[in-house]
Amino acid sequence: MPAKTDHMATGHAAAVEALRDVPQVPGAPKPDPVVIADHVSRQFGGLKAVDVAHVEIQRGAITALIGPNGAGKTTLFNLLTGFDKPDTGTWTFNDKSVAGTAPHRLARMGMVRTFQLTKALSRMSVIDNMLLGAHGQSGERVLNALVPFTWRGQERANRERAMVLLERFNLHEKIDDFAGSLSGGQRKLLEMARALMVGPEIVMLDEPMAGVNPALTQSLLGHIKNIREEGTTVLFVEHDMDMVHDISDWVIVMAQGQIIAEGPPDAVMKNEQVIEAYLGSRHGSSLTDDGASLTPDAQGVNS
Amino acid sequence: MDFVQIFSLTITQAVGVTALIYLFAAIGLNVQFGYTGLLNFGQVAFVAAGAYAVGVIVLTFDLGLWLAVVVGVVVSTLLALLLGIPTLRLRADYLAIVTIAASELLRLLVRSIAFKDVFGGAQGLNGKLGQEFHDLNPLPADFTLPVLTWSRQDLWVVIVGWSLALLFTLLVWGLVRSPWGRVVKGIREDEDAVVSLGKNVFVYKMQALIIGGGIAAFGGILWAVAKQSVQPDTFQPDFTFFVYTILLLGGAARVFGPIAGTIIFWFLLAGFGELLSSLINNGYIEFLTPTDVGSIRFMLMGLGLMLLMIFRPQGIFGDRRELALDAR
Repeated sequence: MPAKTDHMATGHAAAVEALRDVPQVPGAPKPDPVVIADHVSRQFGGLKAVDVAHVEIQRGAITALIGPNGAGKTTLFNLLTGFDKPDTGTWTFNDKSVAGTAPHRLARMGMVRTFQLTKALSRMSVIDNMLLGAHGQSGERVLNALVPFTWRGQERANRERAMVLLERFNLHEKIDDFAGSLSGGQRKLLEMARALMVGPEIVMLDEPMAGVNPALTQSLLGHIKNIREEGTTVLFVEHDMDMVHDISDWVIVMAQGQIIAEGPPDAVMKNEQVIEAYLGSRHGSSLTDDGASLTPDAQGVNS
Repeated sequence: MDFVQIFSLTITQAVGVTALIYLFAAIGLNVQFGYTGLLNFGQVAFVAAGAYAVGVIVLTFDLGLWLAVVVGVVVSTLLALLLGIPTLRLRADYLAIVTIAASELLRLLVRSIAFKDVFGGAQGLNGKLGQEFHDLNPLPADFTLPVLTWSRQDLWVVIVGWSLALLFTLLVWGLVRSPWGRVVKGIREDEDAVVSLGKNVFVYKMQALIIGGGIAAFGGILWAVAKQSVQPDTFQPDFTFFVYTILLLGGAARVFGPIAGTIIFWFLLAGFGELLSSLINNGYIEFLTPTDVGSIRFMLMGLGLMLLMIFRPQGIFGDRRELALDAR
């Protein structure tokens, strides 16, 4: 197995190759993990929303985090990105312990997330939304702000970078429109483009396909694949199995706060426990009911 | 009826000393609320900080006015830190509760008997607070303006006040068109999104609170200098709400919003007042007495505001498109 090329080669083939020999069990060790989490748990009242013993995210791959409503996917996302504090647990990003790190610091380190309810900054233009993503801007310091020549050049460079991204996401004709005037799908695209503007190592997308029409879903899937082809790791939350099957290199399944299965998409879909979790939820049994709706996951997916 | 006199008195108030005090508070609030989205309901506390800095330094400690200006800015910064550190990490409404409570607390503190020696109790501090400033007045002793009825002393305050106000407006304009301004506007729209892009929103909110408070403190300094008196009960919470009215009238998050709002607010308020007084004094209205005018003009003002909210909810300078986006 050409493990040595893992860092060089990017894209689907490389990801599949790297993950070929990974055992298909919950918490499986990966050859080149970018995120490793241990004993992460979070309790909401009497409900243990997340209780993950061990999980690793492979670098350069698209990993899907799936599970029925209320499985704790979004909560785990919030914990890993620092937006929520866990009751227990440690995790590393690029071999550096980042438990307790402030969310904005994690973003600067290269772990950038999007939100289930799209957070386009409505009363700002599309281009301003994008420019906000660039970091290390000297003009964002209050004293430099009043001296334009200290940041003009940087601003121009950022703008060029933003235009390239907007063109890729087909938003380049809307740069001066208010983000709030975009359609739901376009806002998803903008949010994704904005996340890339930060220059992330791992992009964590919380239900990127929620509330998007089927035609746009295809284009969104294409964009997510492109992100991986450029060498960026993608972790995304989804509960539609078909969507997951199409793009992911690896699937992690959560139910009731725990990871119940891992593996390549084909194998996971045949997994007894996974089918049970999903069918169970479809038949309205205990998986999504009895208080599980306390997790942010279940609070509606419309954007 | 003497319409020239009514007009003259109205204009004098619309751009006069009191209007200027509100203008400074509104420019500051525009940074905090208009651009950054901070619900500061205690803007009057920053004005009081500026006014009392002058009163205490000049009168109680007999030190210079210029030191008082520095102290005013320092105290308002400390006040912003004190209010901001515990609340700016929390949800927006906490700041609102804390600021309104703090502004009342501060007022009760300065009017208390315990600190009468320093703050002058309920009577406040009265004396030659702005002497050093008025000594610099370059206007000739017998100077008068046509139509407008400012005294020589007031005119000097108005000239310096408006220059400063324009300077602060320019400062705000510079700030909000910079990348710094982009970050604070982002915070107003959605704090979490800005955090997810790697910005330390706490620091930005704090900066906005300090800058806005500092500008408001100049309103207080101007107050003490112009009126030569600082009284605790002029710093009631309703001051803050008039400032909000002014800001919404002109259009929040517009550089010239505070200026337009202040002039219109005071023009209408003073105009109603002068017109009503004149009508009553000349016997056109018999069921009212001159003492009713003070409250009736506020009723008319309220009516005017309602009409504005119905027909132009974005304020004078606002952009209706932006408001429509908010409804989503």
